[in-house]
Amino acid sequence: MTGGPPAGPDPRPRLVRPERNLRARHRRERTVGGILLGFSVVSIFTTLGIVAVLLWDSLAFFAEVSPLAFLTGTRWTPMFEPRSYGVLPLLTGSLLIAAGAALVALPLGLAAAIYMSEYAADRVRRTLKPILEILAGVPTVVYGYFALTFVTPILQKVWPGTSIFNGASAAIVMGIMIIPMVSSLSEDAMAAVPRALREGAYALGATKFEVATRTVVPAALSGIVASFILAISRALGETMIVTIAAGATPALTLNPFTSIQTMTAYMAQTAQGEAAQGSIEYKTIFAVGLTLFAITLLMNIVSGAVLRRFREVYE
Amino acid sequence: MSEVNPTDTTAAQAPPPAASGVAPAFHTPRPDGAPVPAAAADAAHPARQRAPGQFRPRLRYRARLGSVFAVICLLATLVGVVVLAVLLVDILRDGASRVNGRFLSGIPSRLTERAGVAPALAGSAWILALTALVGFPLGVGTALWLEEYAPDNRFRRFVETNISNLAGVPSIVYGILGLAVFVRALSLGRSVLSAALTLTLLVLPVIIIAAQEAIKAVPNSIRLGAYALGATRWEAIRHQVLPLALPGILTGTILAISRAVGEAAPVIMVGALGFIAFVPNSPGDAYTVIPFQIYSWVSRPQAEWKELAAAASLVLLALLLTMNAAAIYLRNRFSRRY
Repeated sequence: MTGGPPAGPDPRPRLVRPERNLRARHRRERTVGGILLGFSVVSIFTTLGIVAVLLWDSLAFFAEVSPLAFLTGTRWTPMFEPRSYGVLPLLTGSLLIAAGAALVALPLGLAAAIYMSEYAADRVRRTLKPILEILAGVPTVVYGYFALTFVTPILQKVWPGTSIFNGASAAIVMGIMIIPMVSSLSEDAMAAVPRALREGAYALGATKFEVATRTVVPAALSGIVASFILAISRALGETMIVTIAAGATPALTLNPFTSIQTMTAYMAQTAQGEAAQGSIEYKTIFAVGLTLFAITLLMNIVSGAVLRRFREVYE
Repeated sequence: MSEVNPTDTTAAQAPPPAASGVAPAFHTPRPDGAPVPAAAADAAHPARQRAPGQFRPRLRYRARLGSVFAVICLLATLVGVVVLAVLLVDILRDGASRVNGRFLSGIPSRLTERAGVAPALAGSAWILALTALVGFPLGVGTALWLEEYAPDNRFRRFVETNISNLAGVPSIVYGILGLAVFVRALSLGRSVLSAALTLTLLVLPVIIIAAQEAIKAVPNSIRLGAYALGATRWEAIRHQVLPLALPGILTGTILAISRAVGEAAPVIMVGALGFIAFVPNSPGDAYTVIPFQIYSWVSRPQAEWKELAAAASLVLLALLLTMNAAAIYLRNRFSRRY
């Protein structure tokens, strides 16, 4: 199945031999179109399936626990008495990690994007970009291993009293992981800024630094902000790094050096246990999953809207 | 350097700045250096005298600021590269001595020196094969429908928006879907098949988007040529568009499947087991995969198990690297420009 060059004679006999049965060919056309449409519908059913599954068991959960207690409660103890189902400790855990990761990834990613789009020679850029993108391809369990066995011991030396499982090392490593999301998307946005805009700024006497920070970055701002939101949403949904390195203690704290638990880590750790189907522990997975799904979906939609709404259209 | 001296009020009469080989003076009313009519010079003059020295180009300061910024940006770019190198060296140092024939062919054991990754490797191979088998036709079919068949209407845009939203759903949510649908509702149990189907749904948006890009890159003249020769739409696709788009499609599919092979979170949800004493040989078998094996070993407190986790990480990275190399080879070998 190799495509012949478009200009040369076609080596395949099938196209040369005329097929006489037009009606059969048309019937086949319709069948193929129908099959392909059927394939496309799978993705719609995936979305419907996710929403239905999350809502179904979450509704069963909210029949036992009031949504208000779930959303405003400050203790998360579904496994032992006194049982309490306040999601805030898990939510703040996730937000703390995502904020830490953003603190690492946003400045580094943006600076890398500026360097590659404005400063780097073409050859340097073509070497650095794939290397940075490998960062996004390293499996997250491997990052978890790295956070637990390499970053945490360093943190413990720098900041005595850091526990073995802590939010800081997970956040740092996750920040490194999402650098390529920020840098690639931001760089694309900057590359789309027309050359005329840069040259106009140079003509007015701006230095390269001023062109980069006062012309290119503002012009590409919608793409940059969209990449920030996407990266943070990715950090919120990341599971393995936090499951391995951040711990399993749902704690309402802003201290990154103690053990915490995120929404994703809670789901992974609970699914491994013996939560029987139909039990309230089993249903908590779906309620927490619904919360996570709603937050990340909202962020992805906002990111898309930012991209469309605030895009500067040139020419 | 009289041209850059902001208090120099004779600059308008000075020789053209460009001729003196320095940067153009910003305060010169006519940067091209043409003689300024006396009246115009007088009109510009008082304004500059009212605020002497208010505009200072500070060229040297700005140039220095620029180079400092460039260095900072370069360093920021290198942080990622350095961390990647440190990570690889760390894993190699911890795990390289453990990777040997017995490790690759052994089954998990309570004794660290006997433990191996054979069942996990086989599980990952099952995942790879099944995900490719189901994901490739589904993904390419969807992409073909979107690019070649769908009319440009609201339904098509809905499908596309839906796919891009699915690409942003956290992987663990797919795990929940797999747990509820494949493991429970369809009673496939905690099997390789459940895991593979879950991971297929996870990477399907990636395959679709990559295939769409590849199909879009086939120039329209090829389709029109086929139609002109009497081909129907499917014949044009089957014999012209698909063969030309195939390298791009395969590259995207391999990269997507390598993501499925590296995922651990959804596999945890659909019930991989950390201790499998046999090599799964049918899609209905219980299973484990390398990422899950790494997780289960790294969670143990003793240092020897962490070394095993590092060794398994090396095996996983080698597998993914091979797949990526294959994808890059395909892209370079068969890609064609029009």
